[in-house]
Amino acid sequence: MSARGEAQLWVAQRVTAVILAVCVMVHLVTIIYAVRTGLGGAEVLGRTRGSVGVAVFYGLFVIAASVHGGIGLRTIAIEWLRLRAGAAGMLAFAIALALLALGMRAVYAVVAA
Amino acid sequence: MPRRESQTVLDVVTHIQRRLDPTLAYRFACRVGMCGSCAMTVNGTPRWTCRTHVDKVAKDGVLRLGPLANMPVVRDLVADMREFFDKWARAKGQFTPTRTRADGFARVEPATRERREADAGIECIGCGVCYAACDVVKWNRDYLGPAALNRAWTLVNDVRDGGQAARLRAVSGDAGCHSCHTMMSCTEHCPKELSPTRSIAGLKRATFAGVFDAEGE
Amino acid sequence: MSRARNHPAYWAFLVHRLSGLALALFLPLHFLALGTAIRGEAELDGFLRWTHQPLVIVGEWLLVILLAAHLAGGLRLLVLELLPWREWQKSLAGLAAFFAVVAGLVFALAR
Repeated sequence: MSARGEAQLWVAQRVTAVILAVCVMVHLVTIIYAVRTGLGGAEVLGRTRGSVGVAVFYGLFVIAASVHGGIGLRTIAIEWLRLRAGAAGMLAFAIALALLALGMRAVYAVVAA
Repeated sequence: MPRRESQTVLDVVTHIQRRLDPTLAYRFACRVGMCGSCAMTVNGTPRWTCRTHVDKVAKDGVLRLGPLANMPVVRDLVADMREFFDKWARAKGQFTPTRTRADGFARVEPATRERREADAGIECIGCGVCYAACDVVKWNRDYLGPAALNRAWTLVNDVRDGGQAARLRAVSGDAGCHSCHTMMSCTEHCPKELSPTRSIAGLKRATFAGVFDAEGE
Repeated sequence: MSRARNHPAYWAFLVHRLSGLALALFLPLHFLALGTAIRGEAELDGFLRWTHQPLVIVGEWLLVILLAAHLAGGLRLLVLELLPWREWQKSLAGLAAFFAVVAGLVFALAR
């Protein structure tokens, strides 16, 4: 990866960080509210089923988390696992894709009627 | 070895070399805290031995000395600083002139933001302590390191310099400023109380715009 | 920890990296748990009842703390990297730690 590409990853990390900061704060408040009003399967799904808002919000959340997590894990792979940049990048990309797939499946699972 | 009042670690090393082991290799020059030649690892921390009182660091009476970290060892307490300086050059840490003697003096106002930023980092004498303290240097062989990046930042803020495009490219990416994780070991240990972290943060902002430019510019 | 690394900004880095790693490892489990709803609400309900064990409750609380710590540390980095340097920025590490603890307390009390 070129220096410019690596700099772009750095920017993407910061941009997704800001997106996640917002999503996480909303999510934390939501979870604290949910914990107080009941966390049974029916209650949770009652709130999420059929909701476009939930689909869009959590869909975006999953994409941002997958990108952010992937880039972070790439750095750890290079610095702590001593992988070469190419191998680290591939590993991180694979993990990001897995997170994206599992995440979108979870969003579908709670939104699909 | 005799323990004396106000003894510095350099005093100790010198005594060892003169009286106990003449084969001991170590560096020093000014011995008054100006040149940075005596930098080495003292009880796990990179320091200038001429400015390190034994009382301050050998609390339990033990002194462990080694060459500066993150650099190949030449012998005993002497580290090979070639890569340290090669990275300085790779970071475009040298001034690129734009005027000739026929152009007269450049006027640089000392109170401008750029000059104040440059002045905050300009006192670096290349001692290598920050480089030895940095974990990213340890983990990433290509990382240019705090000293080289700090110098590049002072030049980025030099309004007379004509090499900014190449310099900003040189300090970008995993080998450049984008690998700094703000651990601040450099700033913590710099004997001249400089803040390479601050300079590198400046480089991150300076290179931000270039990330979106078309390739090859 | 070696003497050279014994300072606040280094601890902040370590907390940020380790919390990020832990969250990245936890996230697939979180997605899988929610994904059980694909097989109907009874599945999700069964899983959620399993999470009422004390060990899981403590684990969740820990995760909230890790999340808050990683968020606070990340915001600190954004301030240090994107805003012009000011000396008081050094105390942001302490502020981030405080925020993480507060978030943990709020979550624990809300339970």
